[in-house]
Amino acid sequence: MTSASAGRDWTLADVPPPPRTASAVADPPWVRGLLIGVALLFLGLFLLLPLVTVFGQAFSKGIGVYLDAITDPMALAAMRLTLLVAAISVPVNAVFGVAAAWAIAKFEFRGKSLLITAIDLPFAVSPVVSGLIFVLLFGAQGLLGPWLTLHGVKIIFAIPGIVIATTFITFPFVAHELIPLMQEQGTEEEEAAVSLGASGFQIFRRVTLPNISLGLLYGIVLLNARAMGEFGAVSVVSGHIRGQTNTMPLHVEILYNEYQGAAAFAVASLLALLAVVTLVVKRVLEWRMGRASRAL
Amino acid sequence: MGLLRTKRSVLPGFGLTLGFSVAYLCLLILIPLAGLFVKSASLTAAEFLAAVGSPRALAAYRLSFGASFAAAAANAVFGLVVAWVLVRYRFPGRGALDALVDLPFALPTAVAGITLTTLLAKNGWLGRYLEPFGIPVAYTPLGITIALIFIGLPFVVRTVQPVLQDLEPELEEAAASLGANRFETFRRVLFPTLWPALVTGFALAFARSLGEYGSVVFISGNMPMKTEIAPLLIVTQLEQYEYGAATAIAAVLLVLSFAMLLGINALQRYGTRRFAGAGEEPA
Repeated sequence: MTSASAGRDWTLADVPPPPRTASAVADPPWVRGLLIGVALLFLGLFLLLPLVTVFGQAFSKGIGVYLDAITDPMALAAMRLTLLVAAISVPVNAVFGVAAAWAIAKFEFRGKSLLITAIDLPFAVSPVVSGLIFVLLFGAQGLLGPWLTLHGVKIIFAIPGIVIATTFITFPFVAHELIPLMQEQGTEEEEAAVSLGASGFQIFRRVTLPNISLGLLYGIVLLNARAMGEFGAVSVVSGHIRGQTNTMPLHVEILYNEYQGAAAFAVASLLALLAVVTLVVKRVLEWRMGRASRAL
Repeated sequence: MGLLRTKRSVLPGFGLTLGFSVAYLCLLILIPLAGLFVKSASLTAAEFLAAVGSPRALAAYRLSFGASFAAAAANAVFGLVVAWVLVRYRFPGRGALDALVDLPFALPTAVAGITLTTLLAKNGWLGRYLEPFGIPVAYTPLGITIALIFIGLPFVVRTVQPVLQDLEPELEEAAASLGANRFETFRRVLFPTLWPALVTGFALAFARSLGEYGSVVFISGNMPMKTEIAPLLIVTQLEQYEYGAATAIAAVLLVLSFAMLLGINALQRYGTRRFAGAGEEPA
């Protein structure tokens, strides 16, 4: 101020810029502080605290109880069954997802939007109802029950029922992920491959698959997490036979109801670890694909 | 398959992929779902009404609806705040927090159920502080609502977040230059753009909560007429070999879910159209 009034030995470049108008579209500090506080408190109480609790409870009776719980023969049987169920339902639904996305994204046909809606149906069905429909079909009193009994095939209260119910629940994941992705990518690259004489399989392997690999992986990761963690549908069809038809989530339930809290949380901590790994991989894939997180 | 095609394409595999997809969809999804309606059609009208209209079933529907609505409403409010904070502000740990929002999708519901029950029980880490105030949470409708808030948490955040991210800052600058304060800008410029996403997120959370079982069954205490949600009543009826009653209650739940799915699809189309329309305006 003094120098300015004294000799005007300044140029316009010396004048400090006026405060950025950003303040006009930025929230006042107290609003900012309040909102961050509310968000942190909400997420802390509803997400972080439960996550910490799982591990806290798992080790509450010491590492010995923890190791006993996760190496118990029944727990190991539950883990094997959970892995088996995922090993079937994940590839089957991944193949379906790719096939459905190919038909829907690369071709124009009547009834397409109806098909897209139908694929999402299992997302809207309660897990309990998802289990019930297979009991009504394959159970002893079910539509196919008498025929199955006659031929000695057991589906409900047996492993096939668990696999079928899990496959139903996780049916849309890969298709839901790939359809918008492949629609966005269009058909030009594949058409170029056709004009160069590539066969259908070559086009898929050399052109389409590299383009969709991250999206496919993303869908598979979410599908796998759901397949390994499904509880409601599996609970209805499993019959809870220990060592035979108990998946990990069902094993957690049994231990918890028997007041073996630390053991229940020990097995639950493995599932929580799977959830954390899923979130990390999901985030890395989103970052690689350059897009924001979104709901299913 | 050729009859279905509306546009010629040189790409191969249409018949194979569509045929496989539709066959698999019918076998695994549509036929089993249809089986539920066939089974409920085999009940007489009186049996059906007795099952879905019994006081116990009505209490279960009421509780499922009430708790799901309250949980979705809480998620709408807090989800909006969380989405706003994650998009607009930069602070340490933001990235980790953002990733954590999806935890309810990834954590098996049974694990969520036993954890929330343990936290909120009388002697739990949280429950012990609520008990002296006369707020029992575990084994009450409040506990059910809290479990449903957990389950529905990601939906509102993840539907509102992308809309907030794509908002043009010019809109807010224009509002500010016309003399609006921040609250007026939010109310008259931002909120009208955000509400379709907010309602979609609410509806997704509500629909998910309505059918939720795993996270609720532990915390609810499962007392008929008091803390028994509709999916739990279905399981109880099944365990007592009341297949007819279970089917009837499930059919009602399924019809409601489908209605919600159609409503949500319509909402999402409306939101996209609105949003696309705003973006296409001449610069």
